[in-house]
Amino acid sequence: MKIHEYQAKEILAGYRVPVPRGGVASTREEAAKVAAEIGGRVVVKAQVHAGGRGKAGGIKLVSTPEEAAEAAGSLLGTRLVTPQTGPEGVPIGSVLIEEAVDVAKEMYVGVVIDGAARGPLVIASEAGGMEIEEVAETSPEKILRVEVDPVLGLQPYQGRKLAYGLNSEPALVRPIAELIGNLYDAFVARDCSLVEINPLVITADGRLLAVDAKLSIDDDALFRHPDLLELRDPLQEDPLDSQAAEIDLNYVKLDGDVGCIVNGAGLGMATMDVIEAAGASPANFLDIGGSAGEEKVAQALRIIVSDPSVKRVLVNVFGGILRCDVVARGLLLAAEGLSDATPPMVVRMLGTNAEEGRKILSDSNLEITLVDDLNEAAEAIRAA
Amino acid sequence: MSILIDENTKLLVQGITGREGSFHASRCKQYGTNLVCGVTPGRGGTMFEETVPIYNTVDQAVAETGANASLIFVPPAFAADAIVESADAGIPVIACITEGIPVMDMVRVLRHIKGLPVTLIGPNCPGMLSPHGRCKMGIMPPHIYMPGRVGVVSRSGTLTYEAVGQLTGLGIGQSTSVGIGGDPLVGTSFIDVLQMFQDDPDTDAVVMIGEIGGTREQEAAEFIKSDFTKPVAALIVGQSAPPGRRMGHAGAIVTGSAGRAAEKTRALAAAGVTIVPSPGEIATTIREVLGTR
Repeated sequence: MKIHEYQAKEILAGYRVPVPRGGVASTREEAAKVAAEIGGRVVVKAQVHAGGRGKAGGIKLVSTPEEAAEAAGSLLGTRLVTPQTGPEGVPIGSVLIEEAVDVAKEMYVGVVIDGAARGPLVIASEAGGMEIEEVAETSPEKILRVEVDPVLGLQPYQGRKLAYGLNSEPALVRPIAELIGNLYDAFVARDCSLVEINPLVITADGRLLAVDAKLSIDDDALFRHPDLLELRDPLQEDPLDSQAAEIDLNYVKLDGDVGCIVNGAGLGMATMDVIEAAGASPANFLDIGGSAGEEKVAQALRIIVSDPSVKRVLVNVFGGILRCDVVARGLLLAAEGLSDATPPMVVRMLGTNAEEGRKILSDSNLEITLVDDLNEAAEAIRAA
Repeated sequence: MSILIDENTKLLVQGITGREGSFHASRCKQYGTNLVCGVTPGRGGTMFEETVPIYNTVDQAVAETGANASLIFVPPAFAADAIVESADAGIPVIACITEGIPVMDMVRVLRHIKGLPVTLIGPNCPGMLSPHGRCKMGIMPPHIYMPGRVGVVSRSGTLTYEAVGQLTGLGIGQSTSVGIGGDPLVGTSFIDVLQMFQDDPDTDAVVMIGEIGGTREQEAAEFIKSDFTKPVAALIVGQSAPPGRRMGHAGAIVTGSAGRAAEKTRALAAAGVTIVPSPGEIATTIREVLGTR
């Protein structure tokens, strides 16, 4: 789960990570008030769940509370389009107003779970302020990595090693090492999947400040962090995505016109590949999971059909725990309730109760092509 | 013969009184698996389906029944504890079906079992099945399998069934099928399973099914090039998944562009693996591979 920058900074501040003075505002008046409290030059930053805000015009430097109100007014209620969002952008519901700082040096520090290391990995780089993937591509030698033993936790020497590796001046080695330790503590205590400070700034007057922060929570660990669950901002998600998430469907909206309903992530991706190989494009990825009931299948079809770009639907189910007759009844249930005609469907069912499922569908009056294997499915989609 | 499990497997099911646990324990037993006991804390002393004793702890279950494999259906919040309990009790083969275990829990589990004589399959996996040994330790539909000499290893559940279904459809039997799990952190890698297939005299060839994300397929490719002598046919799914949907910012840095399907396919092809051109052609590809030997 992604959270906003201001929320990430509140969490990190709780672990003694130094962040700029500031406050969040959702109206012009609040923005002016926060700016006046800070005094002097401030930065007004759009709060959206996407990077690349600076270049997209989502971050503005201003000198007075009036200008802060003006900047907030120009951002609030609009949609920000960045390289990381779709062309429709994401809505700006709030802005973060912070003291402007004079930057002497920008660095990067982050913590992530690394599959190869099978544990937490702390990453640091002197090339702060730019996309870390870009640094990895262009100058990988500038990236420092430290694997952490999850039982011991980050050792002080590892923090020092990174601080020295960042070519810190002697007086800053200890504060940087401590900051990295605190960042690691926050990562573990709050069950994060990612924590990033980019840039970590050394100011002209020698202070360390987390000028931008990003934090993602492991969705699977949210059950033990009810306080973090409250930080969810559904407005930042695609409405179909959040609707699907609510009923525990694994759905990702894509660009094509073939809606897909599949059980299992691997078979879901395979089905998308089959559609592409047939010269068409999937409109979505959708995994209904292993233990769906009729109603969940019905909701899956309703979500798919509510996407206006869907012109045909491919259902591919390999019954295991999930029974094919349940899937068939679910499809009928949804089709009966739809006001418009359902798009043509190609259905492939195998495994548990496949015969029964196919009979239910062929006895219905829906426009359904039943196929036996993936190659036939591709043919049928081409023809639909 | 087979790998990991066979007719000598004595299966314990952790979470045997739960909805999924009881359903699948029953299915495993029906298939012919020697289900010797179950564990549910608080239900010790009762019976599952009148013949299978239930214990409060894994230690006690092992002492009483000699269980040597554990299949886990415990909910995500308690699954890490269940894995460690079985590993500490000395059970050599563990398969964890549970999906949605917090990643930090798995980090600690993997760190703990590193030095122990245990193979953990999963989590978030379908388990394994050996048609020869009539042993099913997982959730797969057993009727699609037939005994034979092709090993199957996959990150995905239903795609494993797809592969096995295609193989059986062409009359190509399987030695063992293993689903290693879809989570970023799992106990057993492709390499581990390939090594077992290499050492298994009754496996002639392997179907390997990978997907986008991580670098486990590339690591497998390196291993195949240097240490694996049997023919392999591999399918990588997710060719059409959009690159813009990133898993996480710093996550991408560790692997760079390596997580893409095309990279994985290239690495495997370079290692001499026959690439399955599309998901509908898994069995026809392995048939060709076997035919040309």
